[in-house]
Amino acid sequence: MKPIFAALIFGTIFVFVSSLGLSQWKRLKDDNLHDPSNPALSLLQEPQDALGVLQYGNAGNSVDWVAALQLGEISPRASLHGDLEPEVLDLDVVMTQTYPLAHVIFPHTPHTEWMSCEMCHEEIFVSKIGANQINMGAILEGEYCGICHGAVSFPLTECDRCHSVRSDDQRRMPASGAVIEHPR
Amino acid sequence: MNQLRKFRRIVFLTIVLSSAAYSWAEYADVIINNRAEEEGVAPVIYPHWFHRIRYQCSVCHVELGIKMKAGGNGITMDRITRGEFCGACHDGEIAWSVENCDYCHSGQAGLETGIKGGHETLGPGIY
Repeated sequence: MKPIFAALIFGTIFVFVSSLGLSQWKRLKDDNLHDPSNPALSLLQEPQDALGVLQYGNAGNSVDWVAALQLGEISPRASLHGDLEPEVLDLDVVMTQTYPLAHVIFPHTPHTEWMSCEMCHEEIFVSKIGANQINMGAILEGEYCGICHGAVSFPLTECDRCHSVRSDDQRRMPASGAVIEHPR
Repeated sequence: MNQLRKFRRIVFLTIVLSSAAYSWAEYADVIINNRAEEEGVAPVIYPHWFHRIRYQCSVCHVELGIKMKAGGNGITMDRITRGEFCGACHDGEIAWSVENCDYCHSGQAGLETGIKGGHETLGPGIY
């Protein structure tokens, strides 16, 4: 076996095993981004302190942000002015042209709990069935879903969170208030 | 001898590759260094995760009109002190004021503008 492959295998095992015991979050002075000599670092909140108490998620910040919001662990303000409540929309969009992967369900509910309509409509997504040429190439280049997913929301390695319904599995089709069949 | 050399190479490569895995920033840390270093201050590190705990997406990206593109907003200290961008909150009342330069200008020299990844993905794709 070539040393590089052996090292990759050992390295993967080592990182996996040690990550079970160690904390998920780097300290600011060790994150290879902050200047460790900056005296202000001790005044900034450490990721561990903020994120370690929230609902665990297996990717990104190791936080399930949607669950943290729904469980009331966090209550981010919806507006700088007054007590604006977000308009939650219960509407799932099913995208079926996803062969060979499972169909995509886009749930409006968790998205509208986090943000208002203007975040996506009409600049990023047109509110019309079939009007958006969404594809994984564009998403990986940071367009459509990729503007947030892969940058600040759960990463694009989490394929089956979106590609979640096999075409032959009608039982797992969403029981949401409304479903739109999305051709693309 | 050849065996020993091979073993040493495996150990060395294991350490190098594993240490790379351990030096990642927090997922969604945004680096802004369009002008900072040219102007003689450290690059800005914006912790997106910190802010989303306190504010929903629309507050910054709709109400304040901050575009969802790292380095694409033309943010300057001049505009911040006039209440735009960060200055909408960092005014000494809602959040600490802009006199505390090194709270934000806290990055290592030579960082490039962009969004940094966490321990799962190394961030937003290769593009």
